[in-house]
Amino acid sequence: MYPSDYRYTKEHEWIKMSGDTGTIGITDYAQHELGDVVYVELPAAGTKITAGQLFGTIESVKAVSEIYAPVSGEVIEANLALSNAPETVNSDPHGAAWLIKIKLAAPAEASKLMDAAAYQTFISDKEKETSA
Amino acid sequence: MRYLPKSPAERQEMLVAIGARSIDDLFASIPAEFRLKAPLNLPGPMSEHEIIEYFRARAAENSCGYTSFLGAGVYNHLRSVVTDSLIQRGEFLTSYTPYQAEISQGTLQAIFEFQTLMCQLTGMEVANASMWDGSTANTEAVLMAERLTGRRRVVVARSLHPEYRQVLDTYTRNLGLRIQEVGFTPSGQIDAARLETAIDNETAAVIVQSPNFFGVLEQVPHLGELAHAKGALLVTAITEGVSLGAVRPPAGADIVAMEAQSFGLPPSYGGPYAGVIATRDKFVRQMPGRLAGETVDTAGRRGYVLTLATREQHIRREKATSNICTNQALCALAVAIHLCLLGKEGLKELAEQNLAKARFALQELEKIPGVRRAFSGPFFNEFVVELPRSVKMVNAALLREKIIGPLPLGSFYADLTKRALFCVTETTPRAEIERMAAALRQILSKPV
Amino acid sequence: MSDRIKKAGRHVSQNEGLIFEQSALGKRGIEFPPLDVPAVDARAALGAAYAREGIERFPEVSEIEVIRHFTRLSTWNHAIDLGMYPLGSCTMKYNPRVNEFVSRLDGIATEHPYQPQELSQGCLKILKMLLDCLVEITGMDAGTLEPAAGAQGELTGLLLIRAYLEDTQGQPRKKVLIPDSAHGTNPASAVIAGYEVENVPSDERGQIDIASLKKIVNGNVAAMMVTNPSTLGVFEQNIATAAELLHAHGALLYMDGANMNALAGVARPGDFGVDVMHLNLHKTFSTPHGGGGPGAGPVMVKKILQPYLPIPVLTEKSGRLALENHRLKSIGRVRAFGGNFGVLVRALAYVLAYGPGIRQATEDAVLNANYIRNNLEDVYDLPYKSPSMHEVVFSDARQKKNGVNTTDIAKRLIDYGFHPYTTSFPLIVPGALMIEPTESESKQECDLFVGAMRAIAEEAATNPELVKTAPHSTRVSRLDEVSAARKPILRWRPCPSGPCLR
Repeated sequence: MYPSDYRYTKEHEWIKMSGDTGTIGITDYAQHELGDVVYVELPAAGTKITAGQLFGTIESVKAVSEIYAPVSGEVIEANLALSNAPETVNSDPHGAAWLIKIKLAAPAEASKLMDAAAYQTFISDKEKETSA
Repeated sequence: MRYLPKSPAERQEMLVAIGARSIDDLFASIPAEFRLKAPLNLPGPMSEHEIIEYFRARAAENSCGYTSFLGAGVYNHLRSVVTDSLIQRGEFLTSYTPYQAEISQGTLQAIFEFQTLMCQLTGMEVANASMWDGSTANTEAVLMAERLTGRRRVVVARSLHPEYRQVLDTYTRNLGLRIQEVGFTPSGQIDAARLETAIDNETAAVIVQSPNFFGVLEQVPHLGELAHAKGALLVTAITEGVSLGAVRPPAGADIVAMEAQSFGLPPSYGGPYAGVIATRDKFVRQMPGRLAGETVDTAGRRGYVLTLATREQHIRREKATSNICTNQALCALAVAIHLCLLGKEGLKELAEQNLAKARFALQELEKIPGVRRAFSGPFFNEFVVELPRSVKMVNAALLREKIIGPLPLGSFYADLTKRALFCVTETTPRAEIERMAAALRQILSKPV
Repeated sequence: MSDRIKKAGRHVSQNEGLIFEQSALGKRGIEFPPLDVPAVDARAALGAAYAREGIERFPEVSEIEVIRHFTRLSTWNHAIDLGMYPLGSCTMKYNPRVNEFVSRLDGIATEHPYQPQELSQGCLKILKMLLDCLVEITGMDAGTLEPAAGAQGELTGLLLIRAYLEDTQGQPRKKVLIPDSAHGTNPASAVIAGYEVENVPSDERGQIDIASLKKIVNGNVAAMMVTNPSTLGVFEQNIATAAELLHAHGALLYMDGANMNALAGVARPGDFGVDVMHLNLHKTFSTPHGGGGPGAGPVMVKKILQPYLPIPVLTEKSGRLALENHRLKSIGRVRAFGGNFGVLVRALAYVLAYGPGIRQATEDAVLNANYIRNNLEDVYDLPYKSPSMHEVVFSDARQKKNGVNTTDIAKRLIDYGFHPYTTSFPLIVPGALMIEPTESESKQECDLFVGAMRAIAEEAATNPELVKTAPHSTRVSRLDEVSAARKPILRWRPCPSGPCLR
C-alpha cells in the first residue's frame, strides 16, 4: 500500500527523494479521510518552503485540509494537472497526484521522517483510537 | 397565546412524560440567583388588531402625503404586487438557508436565476447569492481585492457614497489597510490624472461608483486601464441598478458591488435591501457569500446545490473569505422576480423613463434664476444643482409645501455647501416636478 | 414507502425549467404609465460611449408565467408553514403574518432613510420602543439596531471591545478566546475585527472549562466569546465565574445571543456578567428566514461600551427622537442607512404580541426539546448528558455501526414529512444530530417527529440501505455536490443553438 521508498509525516504527507529533489504528495489515508477531493491549491514554482510550514490546501465538498511541507526547499514544479482533475488525488495519491517537486535545502531532513512501516503502524494506531 | 399550540393539559402531560414536577425543573440548570423572580416590564400582550393599530399610528407620524426628491443610494421605483404576493408564499418566506438541497430546490433554483440575472445586468461572469447591502458588498469587494493581490493600499473616489466610505473605514481600520481618497473634476467624475499618480505597485484596488454619488457616470473602462497598468483591481460600486437598463455595464471592472434595492424593494427606512458581488470566474474562490450551482441527482435530473462552501465561515472559520452567514435571500428573490417581470423591454423602458424625467426636472430647475447644474458629466436619474441659498433653508420651505427636497450635499462634503442632489424617477409625476420647481422659484424669489 | 409514515410530504413532480428557457422575444410582465415628459433617446442623452443596447438573453415573460414559475419553484421547498423544521441553532419558529402586514404599511415601507427626522418620528418611535424592549429582555444598558445580521452584530460587538480597550487601556490587546463548540461566524468575525483567535476546549460536560481558562487568560486576551446556552443546548453554569475571571484580567465577556430564545423572560445575560452581546432577530424574535435572510443582529451593551456604539445613535431630546451621526468615540458606521428597519418592525410586532408573556414561549420551547430528548434517548446516543434547554444534540454513534450516519438519518426524515435537523454541528460532537423544535410545535407534531425518528432508528438497524439512499419522496434525489464543486456551473448560459435538452 505505502511505497517503501517514500518517507511520511504525521500530517499524512509523503516525500520521494531523488538526489537533491523531492516529490511531495498526500497519503492514501489522508485522501480517504478527506473524501472526494474537489480543489487543490498549490504554490507557484520558485516559492520557498520550510519544513513544517503550510504550503497548500486540498478541499473536499465540506472540508479544507492544509498541507505542510515535510522538508525545506524551493518549489521547482507544481502539479498543474490537478486543477483540472482534482479527483486524481483520490484515485492515485501516491503517483499521478503528486503535488509539488522541490529542490531540497537540506536533504538530511528527510531522514527524521517515518518510513513506510512506521507510518503504517502510526495510522493503524490512529484507526484503533477512533473506533474505540 | 395565539402563537402557541399547546393546551394547559398538554403541557402538564408532557411534563409528566419527562418526569418533571413543574416547568421550573427544566430551568434548574440556570443558577437560582440568575433566574428572574418577576415578569419582564414589556408593553403588551397585544391582539393582532392592536398591533396593526399601533403601527398605523406610527406610520401616520411619518411622511405620508409628501412628494420626495431623495435618492442618494435608496430609490423610489414602481413595484408590482406580483413580487410581494410571491415572496409572501410561506414556502419562500418561512424556509431556511437551502443547506438540505433535496427539500430546498425552489430557493436554490431561484438563487441560481438571481445569480444569472446579476451577471447579465453587470456584465460580469459570476455573482453570489447576495450580501447584506451595497455598502457591505463594496467593503467585501475591497477585502476580496486585498486577498487577490496581496497588497494593502486602497484608492477610493470621493464621489463614492459617503456612507459606503464610512463603512469601508470601519472595517479596514483594524486590518492595516491604508485608504487614500481621490477627488473629482468639474465634470463630477473622478480626477483621473490624480488617480493615476495615486495608484502604485502596492495598490490592491481602486474603488469608484457609477453613476457616482453625484449621479454622474464614470469612464469605467479608462479607470480600469489605469488600475490594471499597476496590477491593481478595479472595484465598481453601483447604487442605482436601474441605470444598467440604459448605461453600459462597467467594462474594465474586476469586481462589481451593487445595491439591488431599486428592483422591487421598498425604501423601508434603510433596509432590508440586497447587496450583490459580481466578478470574473477566475476570482470566484476569493468571493465571499453563498453560491448556488447546477448539478445532477442520482438519476441524472438537473438540480441545484450550495457550492464552493469551503470559502465560508461554517467550514473555514477564522480563515473564511468573510464572516457573512445570513444574507438577504428573500430580498434577492424579490429582485429576481421583479427583473423577470420587467424583462428586457421593461427594464429598457424603465431606464429611459428615468432619463427623461430627470432631464425634464433639470430643465425646469435651470429656468429658475440663480439655479444651475453643478457638474457637467453625463448623468442618469440624479443630478446636483447649485442654489443661491442654503439647501437646508430651501428644504425647510419646501417642506411647508409638502415636498421633501433634495439632499443637501453639505452634510457630507464641507466643500459642497449650497449644492443639492436631486433624484427623479418614473414615480414622480410631471405635475409634481412642476409644482416643486414653482415652489423653489417662489422660495428663491423672496428676500432672505 | 413504509405505512408508518403518517405525515405526508408535499412535492409536486412538475418539471419547471429555468425562467430563461421560457423566454420569447417581446413578452413582458410589467407595464408603466405612459411617460408624461418628453422622451429622450439614451444614446443622445448619454453619448454612445455610455449607452447600452438591450441585455442579451434577459428574460422576456408574461405576468402569468412569472407567477407560475415562482409558485412552482416554491412547492419544492419545505417551510415552517408546512411543518416542523427542527434545525438546531436556527430557531425555526412560526413567523406571524401580522408582522409581514405591518412591515408593508404605507408610512412604514415607504419611508426614505434621508427624509427629515421631523417626518420620521413614527419610524424613530418604533426603533426606540424595540431598543427599550431588548434592553429589558437582555438586562443590558443600551444597544444598537444597526447590524444587518448576527455575524455583523458579532463584528460590531468586537469592534466595541476593541475601541473600549484602546480608549481605557491604550491598546486593543491581541486575542479573542472562542470555545471549540462555537458557530463558525465567531472566529471569522474576530479576524475581521483584527484579532487572533485562540480556541478553548470544552470540558467533559461540554461546558466552559474554568481550569483551562485560568491558564490562558492574560493581558493579551481582549475578550471571550461564549454562546449561552451553548451550541449543545446547555446553560453555561460557569458563565458568571468566567466573567469574573475575564474582568479580573481587564478582558470582556461577549455573548453570542443566537440561543436567547432559551432565556427570554427567564434569565438575563446582563445579570450574569455579560458585557456585550448580539441578538438574531430572525431566530428569537420570529422574523422570517426567507430562505437565508434578511436578518438583523442588534448589539446590546453595558454602560462602559455605550460611548463607542456605531453611528447613527438614537437620541431623545424633549420628546423628539433623532438619529445622531457625530459621536467622538464611536467605532463608526457598520452599514449604510439605518439598519434593516423592516426586520426591526417585525421583531417589535412579535414582542408586542407576547409582552411579558414571552416567558411562555421560552418555557414551551424548552419543554418541547426535553420531551423529544426524553423520547429518543433510548435509541440515539446522547454524548453530553447535561440538562437540555431549547435544543438537544444526539450523535449517530449507534447507527454508524450499520453504516448509517447523521446525514442519512436527516435525509430519511424528509420522507417522513419533516425538514432535517442540523447535521454535523457543533463540531465537538462527531456525527451530531442537533434538534431544536421551538415553541411553535404542538404535542401532536412532536409525537409525529418522535415517531419518525424512532422508525428511522429501526430502519437503520434492519434496512440501512433504505436510509442511506434517502430521500425517496422528493422531486430530486441526492445531488452530486462533488461535481458541482469540481466544475462549478454558477449561472445559466444560452446554448449556441436552440433550447438545451438534458
